[in-house]
Amino acid sequence: MALMVVKFDLKKRVKLAQFLWLMYWFSVMAGVLVFSMGLFFKIELRKRSEMMDNNESHFVPNLLIAVGLLACGINAMGGKICYDSLDPIKFSRWKPMLKPFLVSCVAFNCLLVLTALLCFLMRIPLQFTLAEGLKNALKFYKDTDTPGRCYMKRTLDQMQMEFRCCGNNNFRDWFEIQWVSNRYLDFSAKEVKDRIGSNVDGKYLMDAVPFSCCNPSSPRPCIQYQVTNNTAHYSYDHHTEDLNIWKRGCRDALISYYGGMMNTIGALVLLVASLEVIVMIGLQYVNTSQSNLADPESESEGWILEKTVKETFTDIMDKMKAMSKGNAVEEGGVDGVATVS
Amino acid sequence: MVLMKMKFPFEKRVKLAQGLWLLSWMATLAGAFTFTLGCFLKTELRRRAEVMDNTEIHAVPNTLMIVGLASLGINYFAGRMCQDALDAGRFPRWKTFMQPYWGVSLLFTLLMLMAVIMSYAMKGNLESSLKIGLKNGIRFYKDTDTPGRCFQKQTIDRLQMEFRCCGNTDFKDWFEVQWISNRYLDFSSKEVKDRVKSNVDGRYLFDGVPFSCCNPSSPRPCIQDRLTNNSAHYSYEHQTEELNIYIRGCREALVNYYMGLMNTIGAGVLSVFLLQSSVLVSLRYLQTTMEALAGQENTEIETEGYLLEKGVKETIMEYVTPVLVFLQLNQVGSEDTEA
Repeated sequence: MALMVVKFDLKKRVKLAQFLWLMYWFSVMAGVLVFSMGLFFKIELRKRSEMMDNNESHFVPNLLIAVGLLACGINAMGGKICYDSLDPIKFSRWKPMLKPFLVSCVAFNCLLVLTALLCFLMRIPLQFTLAEGLKNALKFYKDTDTPGRCYMKRTLDQMQMEFRCCGNNNFRDWFEIQWVSNRYLDFSAKEVKDRIGSNVDGKYLMDAVPFSCCNPSSPRPCIQYQVTNNTAHYSYDHHTEDLNIWKRGCRDALISYYGGMMNTIGALVLLVASLEVIVMIGLQYVNTSQSNLADPESESEGWILEKTVKETFTDIMDKMKAMSKGNAVEEGGVDGVATVS
Repeated sequence: MVLMKMKFPFEKRVKLAQGLWLLSWMATLAGAFTFTLGCFLKTELRRRAEVMDNTEIHAVPNTLMIVGLASLGINYFAGRMCQDALDAGRFPRWKTFMQPYWGVSLLFTLLMLMAVIMSYAMKGNLESSLKIGLKNGIRFYKDTDTPGRCFQKQTIDRLQMEFRCCGNTDFKDWFEVQWISNRYLDFSSKEVKDRVKSNVDGRYLFDGVPFSCCNPSSPRPCIQDRLTNNSAHYSYEHQTEELNIYIRGCREALVNYYMGLMNTIGAGVLSVFLLQSSVLVSLRYLQTTMEALAGQENTEIETEGYLLEKGVKETIMEYVTPVLVFLQLNQVGSEDTEA
């Protein structure tokens, strides 16, 4: 007993083919959309690649680009099949290819769902990548004279201003590293010598942050130096002051930015997958209704599966068992021949 | 003496009508494009409205929007007219419509040209508006507790960071203004008292700039205070230091930005103007050739088309004379009443 049988007269078949052709065009555009989203995501990752350690994986955006191109190709072919389906001569040329095409559509839909899942899960490796990358970026902030790192200061400053964040976890990360280059420190001054003497590594540490941590919404001019010293500034209490510098850490800021982007892309890919399922079902109806024609204008039946789901599944399992048994018989025969001789 | 007479055999008339139909569609799209350009420019001007003193510069985008909408109507009717043009029976019903149509379309086409000229000519106006607006913005920077001015600090800070500029003319403008509010000054300390006494108005002036003037491309951490004091910072010379803070003034930065925008828009609108003029010229030729057909039995004969029936001077006199007569009558009337 076939699954979801529908009767199709000529008019209904024509309408189905036309509707499906239109839906395939939408799917081609959806494929283009997925491709462009993958490209956009890849560009965004590369823009901030200095904040990530070198192992960052571009697997997800590459997969999106590939899936988008594949979707365009498959849907264009599907559209052509629909266009030809109303002409029996042209359709008979497509007939032998239709079953493998539909199987590949099923595989492609599974790939789409997998891609969407990966988009949602990519947040986790990104978190580790960013933690490592930002730690290094902060360390290299002062190295504006070292080739390969001379733009780290500018990149980090612009990022802190754009994403409204300060430091890795929060602004205190700046207190633990030396972010003023030795070139600009007067080693004959007492203050510098005291600070360098105060820690094991001989680093110039202070409770100050760069200017890019400053919040423009603060009512008072920015306090960057001696941030934790209440007496150094008039009418200032660093425990209650939260508009002076950005409180949020850059890792959180970047993760929520990329996370939002990936959630949107994942949701869109799921929508595209559902659209693909609809057009695939439509194509199966076209295929079955056209195949059962006595003459071009008679009524015919269309279905999704020839037998029920359970029977189709057992059929596939049997076929696979037969194939593997066939291999085993061949091998057994070869062995038999070998032992005989 | 007719202006720019041309002969139109039947095929040429048909080609003219078809070409005009296509041109009118392109001109409709161009009109919609002009309208969007006007909207975009207006949005950009409104974003920085807080640092502008007056809204006179908004005349440019307003004119563009009006002209864009009007050209949609003008070109729609041009398309309808040329659709009817090839049918000699349907064309005469447009006769009474033509006179006011020409008046309106010539007016709006001239207005389009004016918008292009304005977009280049209003630079001085924009500059003086920005000069006053920025001066006030810098003066009210510290008034974060005064209602109506509490967001000036945020506006100026974000402006300086986005446009990479400092101050009005240059960074020295910050030395002449007290930009730290009295709420955050310790009036019991000697330094504050000295500074406040050092000038007539009792303002706390010093050679420092806000953090938003800092240039991220500088190799050293930003030096914001004691800018002109070389000995206050190690290995620092303020005359040769270029990357520390932004050297450019915000007025120059904003004028460059907006003039770049308006020049590009002006060039685009000029090409739309040329397209619109060609639509009107073609429509005039079509109208005159079809009018010459009126009353003829054979609609496939050759006719003549022209731009103006008489010369330019005579046509102008034709329109101006009734106005003069009206004015003279008024004068005579007032003399009579006096007598």
